Amino acid sequence: MKLSFTLNHNALTLETEPDRRVIDLLREDLGLTGTKEACGEGECGACTIRVNKELRLACLMIAAQIEGCSIETIEGLAGPDQALHPVQEAFVQAGAVQCGFCTPGMVMAVTDLLEAIPDPDETQIRKALSGNLCRCTGYQKIMDAAQLAAKKENKCLP
Amino acid sequence: MPAVILPQTLDELLDLKAQGHTILAGGTDLFVHMRNKKIQPQTLVCLDQLKDKGLREVADTGDEICIGAAVTHSRLIQNPLVQQHFPVLIQALDTLGSPQIRNMGTLGGNIMTASPAGDSLPPLYVLDAQVELAGKNGSRRMSLSRFITGPGATGLNPEEILYRIWIPKQPSYDLHHFEKVGHRKSLSIAILSMAALIGLTGDRKIRAVRLAWGSLGKTIATSPETEKRLMGTPMDDPAGFILAAARIREEVSPISDVRAGADYRRQVAGNLVLRLCQGPLEPLKQGPGAV
Ligand SMILES: Cc1cc2nc3c(=O)[nH]c(=O)nc-3n(C[C@H](O)[C@H](O)[C@H](O)COP(=O)(O)OP(=O)(O)OC[C@H]3O[C@@H](n4cnc5c(N)ncnc54)[C@H](O)[C@@H]3O)c2cc1C
Ligand code: FES
Ligand code: FES
Repeated sequence: MKLSFTLNHNALTLETEPDRRVIDLLREDLGLTGTKEACGEGECGACTIRVNKELRLACLMIAAQIEGCSIETIEGLAGPDQALHPVQEAFVQAGAVQCGFCTPGMVMAVTDLLEAIPDPDETQIRKALSGNLCRCTGYQKIMDAAQLAAKKENKCLP
Repeated sequence: MPAVILPQTLDELLDLKAQGHTILAGGTDLFVHMRNKKIQPQTLVCLDQLKDKGLREVADTGDEICIGAAVTHSRLIQNPLVQQHFPVLIQALDTLGSPQIRNMGTLGGNIMTASPAGDSLPPLYVLDAQVELAGKNGSRRMSLSRFITGPGATGLNPEEILYRIWIPKQPSYDLHHFEKVGHRKSLSIAILSMAALIGLTGDRKIRAVRLAWGSLGKTIATSPETEKRLMGTPMDDPAGFILAAARIREEVSPISDVRAGADYRRQVAGNLVLRLCQGPLEPLKQGPGAV
């Protein structure tokens, strides 16, 4: 099918199979390998992207479902000069990255949270990250990163 | 390699369903089942480009709230009508899957999957929800408890879709409560869950009560004997709830599965009834009927 959508703020039209999984479309057809696949069945959040500003799982979506949608992946977060997004910076500074496999999904989830709730409490952060598993960090440093990111972003506010 | 069709109108959708094709709503059950080769549909009918509002709207029709089958769990949780009238449903959906799953999965998909652990189902049972099934020759309504006939089995005819869910407003219940017991808070399938609606007299005795149980039997279980036992019980009287807890442990015949044995479930069912007793515990969520 002819598929038209917006990918990280750029309009795009391409030819694909309608049942192509979105994770394969992103990673294999478009070379955007930031989005990871681990479980492939919705349990781990490694493949988290945003579709029309909502967190979704690229392993449980097919191409036909993103027709006309606005898609954001981890690659779209960095600024025009490739400067890291404040949430990405916070992950680096807090030491919240070990093997890094969960990181893109975690960063997408934290970014989404801070857009809705700029100054979240611990319960809100835990709930926002409840769909993302990490096998390495034990989560505390990821919590720290989310809190640090909130501080960074709030400083940017006028 | 299934083909995918994206109908724009309800008529097109019903035509496609009449040809025996499989509906793709949020895909959170369907794609997992396809991956495990439990089902291998030839053609998927994706609901995302439908212009029909009925499937996607939450509307106040007077005595009832009408919910489109394709409304996602997140949208329901954010909806003021659902928040106002059905706190028990909100509490249950809040425990379903994860934020991502709630953004994708739909109420209609949860009902059609008809899992004994489906988190929307115990609330919809106590709320006396009805399903509206639509086909090319019109639509019909029936109670959800009649519609679901077994694990994964419903009374949907092959040419029909689940179109809308109708829930009567519940002015006579003051307290709404849902509790799910699982291995962890998110992304866990219920070992046992209970939805409860309670109506109180002026001096806080139970004058009306509805209970429904998830993951207890092959479909959602009810417990009329325990409800009877609870009638007249003062909300702050532990003794009354202890008797009711004993009653539910006799009344139910739980399943045993990989998640828990029948005896454990029986024990926990009693504990969930005890939790209804107010007093030291945090108060239950107020319903719209609360004064
Ligand atoms: C990681 C993970 C965690 C989960 N956790 C939970 C949980 O905690 N609790 C819980 O209850 N569920 C859970 N689920 C199951 C699932 O997310 C829900 O059941 C969800 O509501 C299904 O909705 P859907 O729109 O994704 O359905 P789909 O997968 O699109 O469809 C499910 C079935 O219903 C049919 N169907 C859908 N809509 C209609 C319609 N309108 N008319 C006729 N047929 C229709 C489809 O053809 C398909 O057979 C989980 C799933 C995953 C992957
Ligand atoms: S890879 Fe998609 S949720 Fe695990
Ligand atoms: S850093 Fe390895 S999975 Fe999270």
